[in-house]
Amino acid sequence: MNKQIAGYINEHLDEILERWTIKMEDEKDDRFFQIMSEKVIDNTVREFGELVVFSLTESEEVYRVKLNDFSVKIVRYGWSVTFVLKALTNFTHVLYDKMNEDGYLNEQNIISYTEIMTNWITPLTHSIVEAYSNVWDRTVHLQKMALQELSASLIPMFDKISVMPLVGTIDTERAKLIMENLLHGVVKHRAEVVLLDITGVPVVDTMVAHHIIQAADAVRLVGAKCMLVGIRPEIAQTIVALGINLNDFTTTSTMQRGVEKALALTNRAIVEVKDK
Amino acid sequence: MNIDSVDIVTEWDIVAARQLGRNEAKKVGFGTVDQARITTAISELARNIYLYTGKGNIAIKEVTEGNLKGLLVIASDEGPGIADVRRALEDGFTTSGGLGAGLPGVKRLMDDFKIETVVGEGTKISATKWLR
Repeated sequence: MNKQIAGYINEHLDEILERWTIKMEDEKDDRFFQIMSEKVIDNTVREFGELVVFSLTESEEVYRVKLNDFSVKIVRYGWSVTFVLKALTNFTHVLYDKMNEDGYLNEQNIISYTEIMTNWITPLTHSIVEAYSNVWDRTVHLQKMALQELSASLIPMFDKISVMPLVGTIDTERAKLIMENLLHGVVKHRAEVVLLDITGVPVVDTMVAHHIIQAADAVRLVGAKCMLVGIRPEIAQTIVALGINLNDFTTTSTMQRGVEKALALTNRAIVEVKDK
Repeated sequence: MNIDSVDIVTEWDIVAARQLGRNEAKKVGFGTVDQARITTAISELARNIYLYTGKGNIAIKEVTEGNLKGLLVIASDEGPGIADVRRALEDGFTTSGGLGAGLPGVKRLMDDFKIETVVGEGTKISATKWLR
């Protein structure tokens, strides 16, 4: 019966797909029919139909590869997983209607038909959802890595002076990274003064302040000095309101001031060159 | 009156709550300093929910009282409650190894501050900032 159904689908694929497309177009919320060119829709629909047949006829391996390709593609097209599942359900309905109309189904084989369909559709649904979520997981993972790469880098600026510009929200994970990079960098670049720039940090609450204080303490332990630069006026006011004690820090409003102070600390200065 | 709220379950929800607060504060017409105060207060409240209760909600709504316009932030949870409110509002008191500036800080950042808590049932903190 397995082969029979597959054979039947193959034979009537065009008509089934046509009916199925019409049914899917009735789902009004599907943006994709409007955005996609007809050719793309046609190809994708056909591919989906073939995939369904493949799952009945081909070996597990061939089917897996095909399924994966397909999932990647639909994720890239931006189809929602709800839509794909709806498509699958509609497909079975169309298939059932068609087979019923053509008199393929009768009282004797209806039970085994239902059984096959259930055994076939359920794992297919699972694997599509799984493939779909795998693709998303991968995307999220890659973005996370990308974010981490530009998260907290220590930049040597002058001899003995390094800068770490912080941009964006600081969460627990990032705070850890900041601490690690800071300490590694200080040792590696033999920095004596580190400027921690928080111009790009939108909110400095007690947790962020706590992490900064801890990082500065750790920097002191490895023999360098930590300066906090880029404190915007509104941040200064919230820090005071929160009652956070930053007395142990040298702090400045801008990076430029910070650099001047850091140079002074290391007995240097930037001077203007007199006439040549 | 429009109400918006964010459920706090993960650390990233804190960012979402903050973002919502900043947008609402902008809409009401707060300046950058007050925006920063409100967002920071929301950040503290949301972090408390995340750290101590596991699940809660931050609701933000515009309020009016006479000619005054303001923004009300309600942080509610069904967590363990606060056993000693007086101590929780003291500077430097912490049970998590933090700075202990969160709740007293919020009180100073906002204009009105009300805390209702029942041990074992949960906590509701309402804080308002008035537009001047």
